[in-house]
Amino acid sequence: MTKLLVLLIGVIIIGFILWWFFGKHQVASAEAAVTNDRQSVDIEVKGGYSPENVVLKQGVPAVLNFTRKDASTCLDRVVFSDFGINQELPKNQLETIKIDTSKPGEYEWACGMDMFHGKLIIK
Amino acid sequence: MTVTKRFWISLILSLPMLANMILMPFGWMLPGGNWTQLALTTVIMLVSAGPFAQSAWASFKKHHSNMDTLVAIGTVTAYLYSIYAMITNQAVFFESAAFVTAFVLLGQVFEERMRNNASDAVEKLANLQAKAAEVLRDGQFVKLPLSEVVLNDVIRVKPGEKVPVDGVIVKGSSTVDESMVTGESMPVTKQVDDNVIGATMNSTGTFLLKANKVGNQTMLSQIVELVKKAQNSHAPIQKLTDKVSDIFVPVVLILAILTFLTWYVFLDASVARALIFAVSVVVIACPCALGLATPTALMVGTGRGAKMGILIKNGEVLEAVNDVKTVVFDKTGTITVGKPQVTDIVGDEAQVLQIAASLEDSSEHPLAAAILARAKTAKISAKAVDQFQAIEGKGVSAIIDGKHGFVGNHKLLADLKFDNDLAQQEIKLQNEAKTVVFVGLDDRIIGMIAIQDVPKETSKEAIAELKARGLKTVMLTGDNERVAQAVAEQVGIDEVIADVLPGDKAEHVKAFQQTGKVAFVGDGINDAPALTMADVGIAMGSGTDIAIDSGGIVLVKNDLRDVDKALALSRKTFNRIKLNLFWAFIYNVLGIPVAAGIFFTIGFTLSPELAGLAMAFSSLSVVMSSVLLNKAKIKTKARLA
Repeated sequence: MTKLLVLLIGVIIIGFILWWFFGKHQVASAEAAVTNDRQSVDIEVKGGYSPENVVLKQGVPAVLNFTRKDASTCLDRVVFSDFGINQELPKNQLETIKIDTSKPGEYEWACGMDMFHGKLIIK
Repeated sequence: MTVTKRFWISLILSLPMLANMILMPFGWMLPGGNWTQLALTTVIMLVSAGPFAQSAWASFKKHHSNMDTLVAIGTVTAYLYSIYAMITNQAVFFESAAFVTAFVLLGQVFEERMRNNASDAVEKLANLQAKAAEVLRDGQFVKLPLSEVVLNDVIRVKPGEKVPVDGVIVKGSSTVDESMVTGESMPVTKQVDDNVIGATMNSTGTFLLKANKVGNQTMLSQIVELVKKAQNSHAPIQKLTDKVSDIFVPVVLILAILTFLTWYVFLDASVARALIFAVSVVVIACPCALGLATPTALMVGTGRGAKMGILIKNGEVLEAVNDVKTVVFDKTGTITVGKPQVTDIVGDEAQVLQIAASLEDSSEHPLAAAILARAKTAKISAKAVDQFQAIEGKGVSAIIDGKHGFVGNHKLLADLKFDNDLAQQEIKLQNEAKTVVFVGLDDRIIGMIAIQDVPKETSKEAIAELKARGLKTVMLTGDNERVAQAVAEQVGIDEVIADVLPGDKAEHVKAFQQTGKVAFVGDGINDAPALTMADVGIAMGSGTDIAIDSGGIVLVKNDLRDVDKALALSRKTFNRIKLNLFWAFIYNVLGIPVAAGIFFTIGFTLSPELAGLAMAFSSLSVVMSSVLLNKAKIKTKARLA
């Protein structure tokens, strides 16, 4: 009887994992505020990136301000492969990354191990 | 708290438990027994493993999972179960939680160092830059920081100093060691009008240079920028790992639950035993090794290339090189020196040269430069011409002294009269690998100018190396068949395609792509379409900016033998990526079932500690294998006698 109960609980947990990680969930996204012909977005790095989707306006000089609050070495670098940027993110330190917004499009960024991703949309 | 500190804390606090484990059979017990173990492990869990749990929880809330998720779940499960076991008087395994934490942190400490090691090539390059320059300002030389040097500044460089920026020597001469930028180990003699590259080392003389590239326009800055982009680019092979890493952790968690259920529910194992298997599964799985396999190798490979003067622009190129079957060369400036010289003039020398020089006066064609140089030595100056026009693929025409003058290749012959005895001489010249330019006046050919562009000294060796690699070599040229054949024979090229119009080079590359991937080596503006069309475009560093932009690989040293080295390095790097991926996959594919206990019946199981150790070393070994790429030999296969 106990075993049947354990089996049931196990199956329920598996179901939960599937739903939680693979189901459709909303991700935080943010549009850059433009002030004095500049735009910037603050991104907190903690268990991933928030916001995860960033929208920038084309042609306006832009910076992304990354602050890593997570101790994980997984997140200690942020890589924009399209721009050749590989920036170290020391913990609890604001790191500013300049983005070239001259070409519109969708660009991905990732952590140094390519486990966490974020998306940059320039339009 | 740094990873290193967390590691030391976990290690020191784990040692008493290690002693306990080893000495237990000899009758020694840890004073305080389970209570001491509980206390030590609790500190480790809070201080060393705490950040794993925090990070895991933060990503969990965002519907993400990572390495930390696995480590946190593994250690917390072992820890909590042990507390429960202590209360119910069963065997505890606190040491598992403690050791796994220590091992994982040990792996991360090493890995961090290695990763920094792998990415320092760019930093080393950027540090080559001189810090200051002696600039002529208001008639005096003053020392200024590099950032204040502007275009056209005159800069003095003394012996033993670094050349601060790119420029042209205006006074003095010296020998310069360019090895740091081009990889060329022999010092190069530099005189007035020669170009010097910023960050190279002046050795013997003092000279003045006029800056023509400063700031981020200098060759070094461009190289740094290029290498940075290359190091962080994606190789197509990564797409597979991207997909896997997205689902990896949840899948492992599900596998761990299934492992527990199988042992406990279906195989009647005790809760403790079933739990140990489940924890081992969670702990041994290592998505990091998969994630690190490609980027680290790419970083080291492209960084090493930069040191050798071979700039590989991205991972895509690197991967494409692997399947290259044919290498197509442009002739002029690539196989040959690119500075053609007039060797023979047939006909009335003065008249022929006069017409040719006048018509070619404003042309930028390399053959025109040769004709003008010869006219200069013969003291013949160009005359003014009217109605100048270029005839695509044939040559040029204009009115000179009231007559219609032509200069061009044999395609002009269709329109003009040509003597038999000139035809004989043409064949003779062409068989000597000389390009013949025809000079016509009104309706007949009055003479010919033979021009020769000798092959580079290294071309023959370079092509032999490629052939030894089993590649087919092809030469494309606008020259006619006989000249092209003669050059091809000198350097040992397999196939020649002559009479190619500049616009058709890309078409020919496309034709070769029917039979496999093609690399194209070229340097001129007209090579740009072919460089882009080819699977791998290799641009000579001396070439035009457009050609360098279009190429996927740039050979800074301008040495054709580097084509083979570039191919060898790309292959080596790509093979290393494949090897890394293979191990990372095999490791997870084999490790997880073993950890789950499928070899239990033959008595082979993995404890969570061993699983943790194995996990730590899997990602470490991947990074190490990438760093070792720096030491790997880049062999060329051919040796010329």
